[in-house]
Amino acid sequence: MIKTKSKNKKNIKKSSKNSLSMTKNLKKNKPKLLSRQEADIVNALSSWIYSDKVREHFLHPKNFMKFGEEKKFKYNAVGMVGSPACGDVMKIWLWVDPQTEKIKKVRWRTFGCASAIASTSALSEMLMRNEGMSLKKAREITPDKIIKELGGLPDIKYHCSVLGDKALREAINDYYRRIGQYEKIKPEGSRVIDKVLKITEKDIENAVINGAKTLEEVQKKTKVGLGDPRCIPLVEELIRFYREKYNL
Amino acid sequence: MKRIYLDYASTTPVSKEVIKTMLPYFDQFFGNPSAIYEEGRLAKKSIETARKQIADLLSVKPEEIIFTNGGTESINLAIFGIANFYRFQFSQPEIIISSIEHPAVLESAQKLEKLGFKIIKIEVDKKGMINLKQLENSLNKQTLLISIILANNEIGTIEPIKKIKKIVENFRFNNKTLFPIFHTDACQAAEYLDIKPKKLGVDLMSLNGGKIYGPKATGLLYKKEGIELEPIIFGGGQEKKYRSGTENVSGIVGLATALKLAQQEKEKESARLKKLRDYLINEVLRSIPKTFVNGDLKNRLPNNAHFTILDVEGEALILKLDQCGIAVSTGSACHSKSLTPSHVLIAIGLPHEVIHGSLRVTLGRYTTKNDIDYFLKNLIKVVKELRQLSPISLKFKN
Repeated sequence: MIKTKSKNKKNIKKSSKNSLSMTKNLKKNKPKLLSRQEADIVNALSSWIYSDKVREHFLHPKNFMKFGEEKKFKYNAVGMVGSPACGDVMKIWLWVDPQTEKIKKVRWRTFGCASAIASTSALSEMLMRNEGMSLKKAREITPDKIIKELGGLPDIKYHCSVLGDKALREAINDYYRRIGQYEKIKPEGSRVIDKVLKITEKDIENAVINGAKTLEEVQKKTKVGLGDPRCIPLVEELIRFYREKYNL
Repeated sequence: MKRIYLDYASTTPVSKEVIKTMLPYFDQFFGNPSAIYEEGRLAKKSIETARKQIADLLSVKPEEIIFTNGGTESINLAIFGIANFYRFQFSQPEIIISSIEHPAVLESAQKLEKLGFKIIKIEVDKKGMINLKQLENSLNKQTLLISIILANNEIGTIEPIKKIKKIVENFRFNNKTLFPIFHTDACQAAEYLDIKPKKLGVDLMSLNGGKIYGPKATGLLYKKEGIELEPIIFGGGQEKKYRSGTENVSGIVGLATALKLAQQEKEKESARLKKLRDYLINEVLRSIPKTFVNGDLKNRLPNNAHFTILDVEGEALILKLDQCGIAVSTGSACHSKSLTPSHVLIAIGLPHEVIHGSLRVTLGRYTTKNDIDYFLKNLIKVVKELRQLSPISLKFKN
């Protein structure tokens, strides 16, 4: 409280004197950063931007393809969706038991934010439960189911970061393509280019993202045009388009 | 866990010295500066002392300083204030800005565009340097205002403000006009550069406290004598009617102290940080493959390092580093509220997939070599982890 005039003046002088001598102490007066205990309190008060489950999957992802493991890992289905420009790319490798059509092994890789990584990791755990999920049930997985598994996601991340189910369906289509059961392929909402083998625009895009540069290389990955050769000029056009789009 | 803060361009802690000078104004000298009794007079005096201190530091007149509640407000006051005051002298008023301005400038300009102003965005090159030729060619008799950032907040590029001043002065001379009025956003620069408005040749300059170890939500607008402004906040007529609202006395005192410290120490601090920053850049480029630096290596704030790390996404990178006790920033879309990638990185020509891997590291007063080494050790580890998870392998050469 204000007491007397003379005291006030003294105080003002005192504080301005402080401001003059302070440069000397510039480096010494480093503000104290939070101690462990204080940090814990802050953590408890302002929880992480994602749920604990997202955090756990992000920091300790399960079933991902390790460096060098691709060469050893035995798989009979691969799916990849997304684009580097959009910020999310997911790739899934599956080993499907041909007798039971159950997913016995899964590996994945994801380029993207924490929730993209966590959602693929959570999906991989869902697939491995109860000795592996059947392809039929796996096809029914929706983003909502994955988000539920994760204990929720921030609204803004809802649409963009959960692509795992799409990558999974791509992989399932790939499985049927590899064993020649084309009638079981269910193309995603993307334009079908090869009407016989049900190969879509998206498949070509993914092939280009995966390094295919020519028609032959794209065919090696997708067999596009082998079912319906009339689509080849369109395929070549698409390859050019995606190579430009991704600067590949 | 140990925390290493390397996001000083975002905001700085308030220095102890600044806090010390502010404290008496919370409870001892709490009076309303508009009151005519002693408590009011004391508060008023403190504001005027701070104004004089700042004016001396900037070599301007005290009357040319308007206190505001932050950098964004200063910028809004400059842009809307000038636009609203002078618009009727033009049939189709135009405003020139750069494509790497702070959102406070970009959004203000966008609002004015809706109100009938023509906005011209000047391009920058790969290093973030403004295209002076385009700026010169864009000047015409309808140009009311130019606003160019002094030093960019993301990539740290320092713009050639003095060269722009020459272009503006030539134009004014040849056309016998006082326009265009020239504003610069100097918020990022005040800690490291000479920001005397007369030397820079600007008519208006925005500054704030939150980037120079002063209190947040404090700022000022330098307005050259003779130039007029329409206020954007109305009320009791404080700050010569340019900015109504009871003054933030402690904040103003703190801002003056912070600016004084920053300007006194700028050469020494710049030299120290430049050395550390260069060490950081060299080590990152040397030890992590597929990495490059964005921005201009020469005309750059001494505390700014900005990288692209291919095949990893910025938000994931930042959260992983956060777990290691490190605070840094990214321009990745996944990190922003709107899910749009940084406009600055788009302006310097980076494709979207490359922007996703951007990382900004900004050093400050309390950064030591040990901090940098700790950061490097963890960055190498975290990038390796994320690249192991990543299915893509981009090819890009800057």
